[in-house]
Amino acid sequence: MIQQLPFIYFGGMALVCAILVVASRVAIYSAMALLGMFVHVAGLFIVLDAPFLAGVQLLVYAGAILVLYLFVVMLLNLQGGGVTSLQKQAPWAILLSLLAVGELGYLLLKTHFYPKLPAIPHPSVPTLGNSETIGMVLYTQYLFPFEVASVVLLIALVGAIVMARGRGRFRQE
Amino acid sequence: MVPLSWYVALSAVMFVTGLVGVLIRRNIVVVLLCIEIMLNAVNINFVAFSDYLHLIDGQIFVFFVITVAAAEVAIGLGIIISLFRLRESVNMDDYNLLKL
Repeated sequence: MIQQLPFIYFGGMALVCAILVVASRVAIYSAMALLGMFVHVAGLFIVLDAPFLAGVQLLVYAGAILVLYLFVVMLLNLQGGGVTSLQKQAPWAILLSLLAVGELGYLLLKTHFYPKLPAIPHPSVPTLGNSETIGMVLYTQYLFPFEVASVVLLIALVGAIVMARGRGRFRQE
Repeated sequence: MVPLSWYVALSAVMFVTGLVGVLIRRNIVVVLLCIEIMLNAVNINFVAFSDYLHLIDGQIFVFFVITVAAAEVAIGLGIIISLFRLRESVNMDDYNLLKL
Protein backbone atom coordinates (compact mmCIF):
# COMPACT_ATOMS: atom_id res chain seq x y z
CA MET A 1 0.00 0.00 0.00
CA ILE A 2 2.71 2.46 0.94
CA GLN A 3 4.43 1.80 -2.39
CA GLN A 4 1.25 2.60 -4.26
CA LEU A 5 0.54 5.79 -2.34
CA PRO A 6 2.40 8.14 -4.75
CA PHE A 7 0.52 6.69 -7.69
CA ILE A 8 -2.80 7.01 -5.87
CA TYR A 9 -2.10 10.62 -4.92
CA PHE A 10 -0.74 11.85 -8.25
CA GLY A 11 -3.12 9.83 -10.39
CA GLY A 12 -6.16 10.69 -8.28
CA MET A 13 -5.34 14.38 -8.23
CA ALA A 14 -4.66 14.40 -11.98
CA LEU A 15 -8.05 12.79 -12.54
CA VAL A 16 -9.82 15.22 -10.19
CA CYS A 17 -8.17 18.17 -11.93
CA ALA A 18 -9.15 16.78 -15.33
CA ILE A 19 -12.77 16.51 -14.22
CA LEU A 20 -12.58 20.07 -12.85
CA VAL A 21 -11.34 21.30 -16.25
CA VAL A 22 -14.42 19.84 -17.88
CA ALA A 23 -16.85 20.87 -15.13
CA SER A 24 -15.77 24.45 -14.35
CA ARG A 25 -18.09 27.12 -15.64
CA VAL A 26 -15.43 29.81 -15.92
CA ALA A 27 -12.72 29.37 -18.52
CA ILE A 28 -9.98 30.69 -16.26
CA TYR A 29 -10.82 28.12 -13.58
CA SER A 30 -10.56 25.44 -16.24
CA ALA A 31 -7.10 26.70 -17.16
CA MET A 32 -6.03 26.70 -13.50
CA ALA A 33 -7.33 23.14 -13.01
CA LEU A 34 -5.37 22.17 -16.10
CA LEU A 35 -2.25 23.58 -14.44
CA GLY A 36 -2.89 21.27 -11.48
CA MET A 37 -3.32 18.35 -13.85
CA PHE A 38 -0.01 19.08 -15.59
CA VAL A 39 1.82 19.24 -12.26
CA HIS A 40 0.36 15.97 -11.06
CA VAL A 41 1.08 14.24 -14.35
CA ALA A 42 4.68 15.41 -13.92
CA GLY A 43 4.61 13.75 -10.50
CA LEU A 44 3.40 10.55 -12.14
CA PHE A 45 6.36 10.76 -14.53
CA ILE A 46 8.71 10.94 -11.54
CA VAL A 47 7.00 7.90 -10.02
CA LEU A 48 7.53 6.16 -13.35
CA ASP A 49 11.26 6.83 -13.26
CA ALA A 50 11.28 9.48 -16.00
CA PRO A 51 12.52 12.61 -14.18
CA PHE A 52 13.68 14.38 -17.33
CA LEU A 53 10.25 14.15 -18.89
CA ALA A 54 8.75 15.46 -15.67
CA GLY A 55 10.93 18.55 -16.01
CA VAL A 56 10.00 18.96 -19.66
CA GLN A 57 6.34 18.55 -18.78
CA LEU A 58 6.55 21.33 -16.21
CA LEU A 59 8.59 23.63 -18.45
CA VAL A 60 6.68 23.20 -21.69
CA TYR A 61 3.14 22.49 -20.55
CA ALA A 62 2.85 24.43 -17.32
CA GLY A 63 5.35 27.10 -18.31
CA ALA A 64 4.62 27.79 -21.95
CA ILE A 65 1.36 26.25 -23.16
CA LEU A 66 -0.71 27.21 -20.15
CA VAL A 67 0.56 30.80 -20.17
CA LEU A 68 -0.49 30.99 -23.81
CA TYR A 69 -3.97 29.78 -22.86
CA LEU A 70 -4.21 32.31 -20.04
CA PHE A 71 -3.19 35.10 -22.42
CA VAL A 72 -5.94 34.16 -24.83
CA VAL A 73 -8.58 33.70 -22.11
CA MET A 74 -7.81 37.14 -20.73
CA LEU A 75 -7.48 38.71 -24.18
CA LEU A 76 -10.87 37.50 -25.36
CA ASN A 77 -12.87 38.69 -22.33
CA LEU A 78 -15.00 35.57 -22.09
CA GLN A 79 -17.55 36.71 -19.52
CA GLY A 80 -20.70 37.37 -21.51
CA GLY A 81 -22.63 35.45 -24.10
CA GLY A 82 -23.88 32.40 -22.22
CA VAL A 83 -20.99 30.25 -23.36
CA THR A 84 -20.87 28.57 -19.95
CA SER A 85 -23.80 26.34 -20.82
CA LEU A 86 -23.34 22.85 -22.19
CA GLN A 87 -24.13 21.55 -25.62
CA LYS A 88 -27.51 20.05 -26.39
CA GLN A 89 -26.00 16.60 -26.82
CA ALA A 90 -24.41 16.61 -23.34
CA PRO A 91 -26.53 13.84 -21.74
CA TRP A 92 -25.98 11.55 -24.70
CA ALA A 93 -22.27 12.28 -24.75
CA ILE A 94 -21.92 11.52 -21.04
CA LEU A 95 -23.97 8.35 -21.37
CA LEU A 96 -21.94 7.06 -24.30
CA SER A 97 -18.70 7.97 -22.53
CA LEU A 98 -19.74 5.98 -19.47
CA LEU A 99 -20.42 3.12 -21.85
CA ALA A 100 -16.94 3.56 -23.32
CA VAL A 101 -15.41 3.54 -19.82
CA GLY A 102 -17.24 0.32 -19.04
CA GLU A 103 -16.03 -1.19 -22.26
CA LEU A 104 -12.44 -0.17 -21.57
CA GLY A 105 -12.70 -1.56 -18.05
CA TYR A 106 -13.97 -4.86 -19.41
CA LEU A 107 -11.08 -5.01 -21.88
CA LEU A 108 -8.61 -4.23 -19.08
CA LEU A 109 -10.05 -6.99 -16.91
CA LYS A 110 -9.79 -9.43 -19.82
CA THR A 111 -6.18 -8.48 -20.61
CA HIS A 112 -3.35 -10.30 -18.96
CA PHE A 113 -0.60 -7.91 -17.89
CA TYR A 114 2.74 -9.48 -17.18
CA PRO A 115 4.43 -8.27 -14.00
CA LYS A 116 7.35 -5.91 -14.41
CA LEU A 117 10.55 -7.75 -15.28
CA PRO A 118 13.91 -6.64 -13.94
CA ALA A 119 16.11 -4.82 -16.43
CA ILE A 120 18.61 -6.95 -18.29
CA PRO A 121 22.00 -6.07 -16.86
CA HIS A 122 24.76 -5.24 -19.33
CA PRO A 123 28.03 -5.74 -17.48
CA SER A 124 30.11 -4.05 -20.19
CA VAL A 125 27.87 -1.03 -20.73
CA PRO A 126 27.97 1.60 -18.02
CA THR A 127 24.48 2.51 -16.88
CA LEU A 128 23.46 5.93 -18.11
CA GLY A 129 21.07 8.31 -16.42
CA ASN A 130 17.64 9.09 -17.74
CA SER A 131 18.52 12.25 -19.66
CA GLU A 132 21.72 10.73 -21.07
CA THR A 133 19.80 7.76 -22.40
CA ILE A 134 17.13 9.98 -23.93
CA GLY A 135 19.80 12.14 -25.57
CA MET A 136 21.63 9.12 -26.95
CA VAL A 137 18.51 7.61 -28.49
CA LEU A 138 16.98 10.90 -29.63
CA TYR A 139 20.02 12.06 -31.56
CA THR A 140 20.87 8.73 -33.16
CA GLN A 141 17.89 6.49 -33.70
CA TYR A 142 15.24 9.21 -33.80
CA LEU A 143 17.22 11.91 -35.59
CA PHE A 144 14.92 12.20 -38.59
CA PRO A 145 11.68 12.51 -36.54
CA PHE A 146 13.50 15.07 -34.44
CA GLU A 147 14.23 17.18 -37.51
CA VAL A 148 10.66 16.78 -38.72
CA ALA A 149 9.47 18.00 -35.32
CA SER A 150 11.54 21.14 -35.73
CA VAL A 151 9.90 21.78 -39.11
CA VAL A 152 6.48 21.26 -37.48
CA LEU A 153 7.34 23.86 -34.86
CA LEU A 154 8.56 26.30 -37.52
CA ILE A 155 5.32 25.93 -39.49
CA ALA A 156 3.30 26.41 -36.30
CA LEU A 157 5.26 29.58 -35.56
CA VAL A 158 4.66 31.06 -39.00
CA GLY A 159 1.04 29.91 -39.06
CA ALA A 160 0.25 31.41 -35.66
CA ILE A 161 1.73 34.74 -36.69
CA VAL A 162 -0.12 34.80 -39.99
CA MET A 163 -3.47 33.84 -38.47
CA ALA A 164 -3.39 35.99 -35.36
CA ARG A 165 -2.06 39.09 -37.11
CA GLY A 166 -5.51 40.25 -38.11
CA ARG A 167 -6.17 42.78 -40.82
CA GLY A 168 -3.13 41.98 -42.89
CA ARG A 169 -2.64 41.42 -46.55
CA PHE A 170 -4.33 38.02 -46.36
CA ARG A 171 -7.66 39.44 -45.25
CA GLN A 172 -8.16 42.40 -47.57
CA GLU A 173 -10.66 41.20 -50.09
CA MET B 1 4.89 -1.98 -7.08
CA VAL B 2 2.04 -0.42 -8.99
CA PRO B 3 0.77 -2.79 -11.67
CA LEU B 4 0.73 -1.60 -15.25
CA SER B 5 -3.02 -2.06 -15.52
CA TRP B 6 -3.59 0.73 -13.00
CA TYR B 7 -1.79 3.18 -15.22
CA VAL B 8 -3.69 2.02 -18.27
CA ALA B 9 -6.97 2.36 -16.38
CA LEU B 10 -6.10 5.87 -15.17
CA SER B 11 -5.09 6.85 -18.66
CA ALA B 12 -8.31 5.47 -20.13
CA VAL B 13 -10.49 7.33 -17.64
CA MET B 14 -8.56 10.58 -18.19
CA PHE B 15 -8.86 10.21 -21.95
CA VAL B 16 -12.61 9.71 -21.73
CA THR B 17 -12.85 12.75 -19.43
CA GLY B 18 -11.15 14.85 -22.10
CA LEU B 19 -13.40 13.36 -24.76
CA VAL B 20 -16.51 14.26 -22.74
CA GLY B 21 -15.16 17.79 -22.41
CA VAL B 22 -14.69 18.10 -26.16
CA LEU B 23 -18.19 16.82 -26.78
CA ILE B 24 -20.17 18.79 -24.21
CA ARG B 25 -18.49 22.17 -23.78
CA ARG B 26 -19.54 25.18 -25.83
CA ASN B 27 -16.56 27.40 -25.08
CA ILE B 28 -13.96 26.77 -27.78
CA VAL B 29 -11.00 27.58 -25.49
CA VAL B 30 -12.14 24.91 -23.03
CA VAL B 31 -12.47 22.43 -25.89
CA LEU B 32 -8.81 23.06 -26.71
CA LEU B 33 -7.94 22.54 -23.02
CA CYS B 34 -9.74 19.19 -23.10
CA ILE B 35 -7.59 18.13 -26.06
CA GLU B 36 -4.59 18.73 -23.80
CA ILE B 37 -6.14 16.36 -21.23
CA MET B 38 -6.39 13.66 -23.88
CA LEU B 39 -2.79 14.18 -24.97
CA ASN B 40 -1.62 13.94 -21.35
CA ALA B 41 -3.55 10.71 -20.84
CA VAL B 42 -1.75 9.23 -23.83
CA ASN B 43 1.58 10.47 -22.43
CA ILE B 44 0.96 8.65 -19.15
CA ASN B 45 0.39 5.45 -21.11
CA PHE B 46 3.59 5.92 -23.11
CA VAL B 47 5.73 6.54 -20.03
CA ALA B 48 4.16 3.67 -18.09
CA PHE B 49 4.86 1.19 -20.87
CA SER B 50 8.36 2.64 -21.30
CA ASP B 51 9.03 2.01 -17.61
CA TYR B 52 7.59 -1.49 -17.57
CA LEU B 53 9.33 -2.69 -20.72
CA HIS B 54 12.62 -0.96 -19.89
CA LEU B 55 12.59 0.69 -23.31
CA ILE B 56 13.35 4.38 -23.64
CA ASP B 57 11.39 4.75 -26.90
CA GLY B 58 8.13 5.53 -25.13
CA GLN B 59 9.68 8.58 -23.52
CA ILE B 60 10.96 9.75 -26.91
CA PHE B 61 7.42 9.50 -28.28
CA VAL B 62 6.24 11.67 -25.39
CA PHE B 63 8.70 14.32 -26.59
CA PHE B 64 7.14 14.31 -30.02
CA VAL B 65 3.66 14.40 -28.51
CA ILE B 66 4.65 17.46 -26.49
CA THR B 67 6.09 19.08 -29.63
CA VAL B 68 2.92 18.47 -31.60
CA ALA B 69 0.85 19.72 -28.65
CA ALA B 70 2.83 22.96 -28.58
CA ALA B 71 2.34 23.42 -32.33
CA GLU B 72 -1.34 22.59 -32.00
CA VAL B 73 -1.82 25.13 -29.23
CA ALA B 74 -0.10 27.89 -31.21
CA ILE B 75 -2.16 27.21 -34.32
CA GLY B 76 -5.39 26.57 -32.40
CA LEU B 77 -5.17 29.77 -30.40
CA GLY B 78 -4.36 31.68 -33.59
CA ILE B 79 -7.51 30.25 -35.17
CA ILE B 80 -9.54 31.10 -32.07
CA ILE B 81 -8.34 34.72 -32.07
CA SER B 82 -9.08 34.97 -35.78
CA LEU B 83 -12.58 33.52 -35.28
CA PHE B 84 -13.21 35.83 -32.36
CA ARG B 85 -12.39 38.84 -34.53
CA LEU B 86 -14.80 37.55 -37.15
CA ARG B 87 -17.72 36.63 -34.88
CA GLU B 88 -17.12 38.37 -31.52
CA SER B 89 -17.87 35.08 -29.78
CA VAL B 90 -16.16 31.98 -28.47
CA ASN B 91 -19.30 29.86 -28.66
CA MET B 92 -18.78 26.86 -30.92
CA ASP B 93 -22.34 27.11 -32.26
CA ASP B 94 -21.71 30.58 -33.67
CA TYR B 95 -19.15 29.26 -36.11
CA ASN B 96 -21.49 27.99 -38.79
CA LEU B 97 -20.01 29.36 -42.01
CA LEU B 98 -19.49 25.88 -43.43
CA LYS B 99 -22.92 24.63 -42.40
CA LEU B 100 -25.40 23.81 -45.15
